[in-house]
Amino acid sequence: NTHHTMKLKYDSDQEYPDLSKHNNHMAKILTPAMYENLRSKETPSGFTLDDVIQTGIDNPGHPFIMTVGCVAGDEEAYEVFKELLDPVIEDRHGGYKPSDKHKTDINPDNLKGGDDLDSDYVLSSRVRTGRSVRGFCLPPHCSRGERRAVEQLSIEALDSLSGDLQGKYYALKNMSDAEQQQLIDDHFLFDKPVSPLLLASGMGRDWPDARGIWHNDNKTFLVWVNEEDHLRVISMQKGGNTKEVFNRFCTGLTKIETLFKERKHGFMWNEHLGYVLTCPSNLGTGLRAGVHVKLPNLSKNAKFEDILKKLRLQKRGTGGVDTAAVGGVFDISNADRLGFSEVELVQMVVDGVRLMVEMEKKLEKGESIDNVMPAQK
Amino acid sequence: MAKNCHNDYKMKFSGDEEFPDLSLHNNHMAKVLTKEIYAKLRGKSTPSGFTVDDVIQTGVDNPGHPFIMTVGCVAGDEECYEAFKELLDPIISDRHSGYKPTDKHSTDLNFENLKGGDDLDPNYVLSSRVRTGRSIKGFTLPPHNSRGERRGIEKLSIEALASLDGEFKGKYYPLSGMTDAEQDLLINDHFLFDKPVSPPLTCAGMARDWPDGRGIWHNNNKTFLVWVNEEDHLRVISMQQGGNMKEVFRRFCVGLQNIEGIFKKHNHGFMWNEHLGYILTCPSNLGTGLRGGVHVKLPKLSTHAKFEEILTRLRLQKRGTGGVDTASVGGVFDISNADRLGSSEVAQVQMVVDGVKLMVEMEKKLEKGEAIDSMIPAQK
Repeated sequence: NTHHTMKLKYDSDQEYPDLSKHNNHMAKILTPAMYENLRSKETPSGFTLDDVIQTGIDNPGHPFIMTVGCVAGDEEAYEVFKELLDPVIEDRHGGYKPSDKHKTDINPDNLKGGDDLDSDYVLSSRVRTGRSVRGFCLPPHCSRGERRAVEQLSIEALDSLSGDLQGKYYALKNMSDAEQQQLIDDHFLFDKPVSPLLLASGMGRDWPDARGIWHNDNKTFLVWVNEEDHLRVISMQKGGNTKEVFNRFCTGLTKIETLFKERKHGFMWNEHLGYVLTCPSNLGTGLRAGVHVKLPNLSKNAKFEDILKKLRLQKRGTGGVDTAAVGGVFDISNADRLGFSEVELVQMVVDGVRLMVEMEKKLEKGESIDNVMPAQK
Repeated sequence: MAKNCHNDYKMKFSGDEEFPDLSLHNNHMAKVLTKEIYAKLRGKSTPSGFTVDDVIQTGVDNPGHPFIMTVGCVAGDEECYEAFKELLDPIISDRHSGYKPTDKHSTDLNFENLKGGDDLDPNYVLSSRVRTGRSIKGFTLPPHNSRGERRGIEKLSIEALASLDGEFKGKYYPLSGMTDAEQDLLINDHFLFDKPVSPPLTCAGMARDWPDGRGIWHNNNKTFLVWVNEEDHLRVISMQQGGNMKEVFRRFCVGLQNIEGIFKKHNHGFMWNEHLGYILTCPSNLGTGLRGGVHVKLPKLSTHAKFEEILTRLRLQKRGTGGVDTASVGGVFDISNADRLGSSEVAQVQMVVDGVKLMVEMEKKLEKGEAIDSMIPAQK
């Protein structure tokens, strides 16, 4: 990477970014000394420290969430830049240490309950995760050739699914604006990349080349190809039967993983970080399980934030990350990704949402919720 | 804000596998870049590491523009125009009216060579402005430069500008220190550059690290301004209310030559060669890099059927009053020279002066209900 070599002619102080107005995980961790240690390194594919941190420099902060401010361009980045990324991971993932081991559990039989959330309140249920395909650079860094190869592999693998997972691939570049808007409105399709967080890391390059969405005929199982990660796998349906959603999620995901392994491109995974994804916030399970739930009374209660924290849950608007709630309906999901298994995280959502719906019902009747406050999970 | 991507693994893929999909595209790069050219150039890089993918990324990401035919490529350093000439020469020819690889460009910054220009009717011509860009030798360009380089350019610029005096005495305002209120005021006065939201700029990587190393210097009268580290290392602007383009051009030439002298003394002259003139980031700004223009009221002429043709014949271009990428407001247009390369600074400003004078006469005729057919000019 000759550009990289050229800027080493400037000393570290001259190149160190101005982070004085910044409030993201990277800005809190990256000291001038750390920058100096890491600035001369690069991964085998040519990803450098400046590439890792560019998005966090260009985006000082976010109104709703504490952003990570850095990305990986390939699997090796998490090793080469561990001096920066280990503390970022620790801050983001509740004190997860470099020596910790992560457990994977995608056996849906281990989930207790979850088929009984009240559909008058719980409007829809969804579980998503990401997967990176080994042997290719990640979305901030991949070339068009790599991205197309990931797409090609994905199409082959997904075409061989059958039964209620049988489906079809829709390349973004062939989609009409009308089809695309329909899929966005159905909450199936990913946004056109307008978020500065994504654009600044290079994930919007060559759009919409080699991007697409695959979904089964029932529209309950979807795969996004080449958005923020190589693959995003999503199981969803109306109503509160999170158990069924999780069953389908685990079954589908396991089948897909087998198909990719057969083609000699398994998923990036290691026993410390679990599944390796583009954003350090999605390491581990990469799993976000959530519901759209009506909580107009609870959400105005003074203790709402505290309840969420104790339940290890997170709120978002119904447009996903970066949006606000509409009409008292919230997207409630697990806050954790790393250090807990898939089953454990979905269990937290199921149990937590059940409790919050009970609280909502109490508040509707004018009753107090003080005696049902949860302990810190 | 997108970064350029330097990925060595892509050479494992064939040229065809890496060639961009340009089927929906309408910019100069997309019209010129063939698979053969791409195959030849993809293995090259300039000494600073700029590659053909870096050159074309902005054109790949931005298929077309509603108002103008965009160039769709940028240079990351001076050497690009040589290393990627197979792609850039045809684009330069398309964009600059058939300019050939063997052509020579003439530079003329002697303001005394301009005839007239002090008498444009201020009832119609609201303001006059001349701008150009300059790149500083020894640094890579805004799509590619590092924070260290950008700060180096800023520091040199501050030193050079601080030594100006007389009508040019002024002050530097770094963007990093500016309040939102100061910044909005400068934008409303047409002094400051936009926050980088235009996708052709952000996709080329020019907004990285914003606002680090960026700023604006202006003289106390606010008639002579220098933008530091926006789309080019320097943008130099002379402007004032009313129609005295002659005075604007005089100040432009004098100020610019003062600045050039100071940079040369610091051993960092401007990038220039006898074929391409002044070297700038966007191939559309090669040559003089000069855009001389006025904000002029043409509510009747602008709705006349022959307006576009008149502009074409006068070698002029229209924009909205917010600059490129905007629409006109209240019949007031930004009218400027269309050419940059192949004619000198004096020749280009002369075209603006003569052309605007004619168009104001046409506007007055149309106001009186008279025809303008006999006034339609020949192609310049």
